[in-house]
Amino acid sequence: MKSILSLARSFAANIAGHALRLFALFVTAARADWRGVGPEPVQRVYYANHTSNGDLPMIWAVLPAALRRQTRPVAAADYWLKNRLRAFCGRDVFRGVLIDRRPEVNDNPMDKILAALDEGSSLIIFPEGKRNMTDDPLLPFKSGLYNIAKARPDVDLVPTWVANLNTIMPKGEVIPLPLICTVTFGAPVHVAEDETREVFLARAAHALADLRPEDPA
Amino acid sequence: MTQTTMNLALLSLGVCGILVALTILGEVLRARLPAGQANPVLDTYQTRVQSWWTIVALVAIALMAGQFGAVLLSFFASFAALREFLTLTTKARADHLSLALAFFAVLPLQYLFVWMGWHGMFTVFIPVYAFLVLPVVSALRGQPARFLIRVAETQWALMICVFCLSHVPALLSLDIAQMGDSNVLLIAFLILVVQFGDLLEYWFGRRIGKHRIAPELSPKTREGMIAGLLSAAAIGAALHWITPFGVLGAAGMAAAASLFGMMGHLVFAAIKRDRGVQDWSHLIPGQGGVLNQLDSVLFAAPVFYHLTRYIWAT
Repeated sequence: MKSILSLARSFAANIAGHALRLFALFVTAARADWRGVGPEPVQRVYYANHTSNGDLPMIWAVLPAALRRQTRPVAAADYWLKNRLRAFCGRDVFRGVLIDRRPEVNDNPMDKILAALDEGSSLIIFPEGKRNMTDDPLLPFKSGLYNIAKARPDVDLVPTWVANLNTIMPKGEVIPLPLICTVTFGAPVHVAEDETREVFLARAAHALADLRPEDPA
Repeated sequence: MTQTTMNLALLSLGVCGILVALTILGEVLRARLPAGQANPVLDTYQTRVQSWWTIVALVAIALMAGQFGAVLLSFFASFAALREFLTLTTKARADHLSLALAFFAVLPLQYLFVWMGWHGMFTVFIPVYAFLVLPVVSALRGQPARFLIRVAETQWALMICVFCLSHVPALLSLDIAQMGDSNVLLIAFLILVVQFGDLLEYWFGRRIGKHRIAPELSPKTREGMIAGLLSAAAIGAALHWITPFGVLGAAGMAAAASLFGMMGHLVFAAIKRDRGVQDWSHLIPGQGGVLNQLDSVLFAAPVFYHLTRYIWAT
């Protein structure tokens, strides 16, 4: 009985994932620009800029099916477990690695992230830690990216720039604008042996900001 | 099968014949290529021909489906065009609601009015009502920085992508004595003369072109344009049997539509050059965005519509 239920659940998640993907592609004509790497199914950590709650579905939608199946987003548990619908999306559709951000909980996020990597999954992470509401292209990165790079030096860290989403779906707006969204994947970065945390994070942030298209206006 | 459907089928067959020839040409060139050698020009050519097959099939099916098909196809083309255009315009947070209204209210309403054949409304809805209301919506949310640029670019996007394009299916609402229910053939006429005018202008321009008309913007030449216009007029005259224009009238209408089409191409080249893009998007393989494909039809459609209305409609 239980296995039938979980089968039905994963089937529903599959359908919902396809529907979500088609919706995202229809509304934004989202497109992947594989500039620094190709869409090969090797293990990667895609680290992306974060301006909107649509960022994650957008990256997820432009990944080819084979890559999408092996890629899991690292996301905030307090956001994704808020209600049953979000929990269904976060846990079943995106198969998120959910991290509890509450200070009173000692969740050891790195353990979960490394466990997911050791299972062979690729990850999507947002190293700014929260949505960027400023006019700067990026907020200072949290240490997570450096810790991952140190702990698993063989994994490619791929800078992933999501363009336009802050205009498509700004914080506080209800109706998304159907503008074109481009997700650009840059050349992977790795931490050098004697590189300090600050230097590496600055270099990784620079590699990501470099993918930003020029402001048309 | 009615006479109109018959004529449409005949036109589709003719266009398919040309596409078959172009496809075979591509395959022959591909077969002559030494094994293992890449040829990007040929790749682009073949992708384009493939995209052309899709476009021709879509337009033919839409036109055969009558007014509803034509309105629906134009609606989706307008949506895609507006999406491409507004992606590159100046915007601020304060414009979110007015831009959402442009997509989800102005665009569907314009096509509803066109579908109803309400000439008095669809010819003024965007130039008057949207023009006045959308800036108010933006102004109510503050943010004066670059206000005029923002509202002007949004209005331009609506005019070109929605207003102009909606004049293609609007041709169906014209009451023309000799045409009966076969106005749909006018759409085929307009698209064929403009697109073939463009193609031949490009082809002649590459061969006999010398004097560029706007060297900073586009490789268009005087010689290419004149040859393109003459070809469009000849194609128009050859297609006069599907129009109420008569032989000379059809040649003149084709030349007028083609002229505005080429000018539209030039204007869009200026916009693209300014925004630093080659293509509006990557929606159509090998040809860029919907706007890359439609720019000339957008400029030609309102002119073609009004000329037809003033001279031939009752």
